[in-house]
Amino acid sequence: MDDKTIKENLGLMRDVLISHVPFAKAIGMEILDAKEGEAWMRVPYDDKLIGNPDTGVIHGGVITSALDNISGVAVQLSLPERMAIATLDLRIDYMKPATPKLDLTTHAHCYKVTRNIAFVRGTAYHDDISDPIATSVGAFMLAANRSMSPGDAAEAGLIKKAEG
Amino acid sequence: MELLKQAREAGTKVDLNALIDAIPYAKFIGMEVDQKGTEITTVLRFDHKIIGNPVLPALHGGVIGSFLETTAILQLAYETGGEVLPKPIDLTIDYLRSGKPQDTFARARITKHGRRVANVHVEAWQDEHTKAIAAAHGHFLLKPPEET
Repeated sequence: MDDKTIKENLGLMRDVLISHVPFAKAIGMEILDAKEGEAWMRVPYDDKLIGNPDTGVIHGGVITSALDNISGVAVQLSLPERMAIATLDLRIDYMKPATPKLDLTTHAHCYKVTRNIAFVRGTAYHDDISDPIATSVGAFMLAANRSMSPGDAAEAGLIKKAEG
Repeated sequence: MELLKQAREAGTKVDLNALIDAIPYAKFIGMEVDQKGTEITTVLRFDHKIIGNPVLPALHGGVIGSFLETTAILQLAYETGGEVLPKPIDLTIDYLRSGKPQDTFARARITKHGRRVANVHVEAWQDEHTKAIAAAHGHFLLKPPEET
């Protein structure tokens, strides 16, 4: 994917994966940057996202939602064209509580795409990615709605062939 | 947390409806508790804002994850009677079917309850209890009483 395609894709990601996704809008998700197979997103701090009323720390579910969403964006940015994808699983490790009042930043990297599956790692942090609040690993099913067999779809160039 | 502390001091179980009302994010995603005796079922009321895929349409995976996590936390708060909310250490979510735009239900089971850590399994379903749309298992940190 060249820079122009990434820029076009980024516009598309904003439209398709954020502005048209009711829940992404509801919690104020905002794409910060993107490149091939990688994306960054912000979730602004808001009182409605609080999970612990004693401390004002946001709910773990906000982090799950942000990591799930940005992981999906990273998968889309690693595919040759838009297709329906479905999350198969997502594992979140919570390293430390988020700091109240600070915005949440998430980054995801789709590091491997096979015929049927995309593998993604994600990180949630405030300012420093090396000091994570949570990390995630997820697997996504590609072309979740296709009727064509995966082999035929790969032959037709609809999906990348598995490497190795 | 005041509610949990009061229940502990009174030697009673925490009022889960009051507890869920005190968690802003649980209210925001539209969670409720349906309690029959000691059986706790959580309910995620359908609302347009929890949609993740407007084309299908399907519920947002993150909301389903949030719902499962909160169900586990409520079950732990109820059964362990701690004074603070259990903190998630890790959570693995399996997405089994797409979440249809309707109410979703969930139940949690504590697989292992240690002194500091508990392992919990949670399942969410819509029409049929036996057809789970998602399942999760995770570890939660419970603060031992002397530390709270």
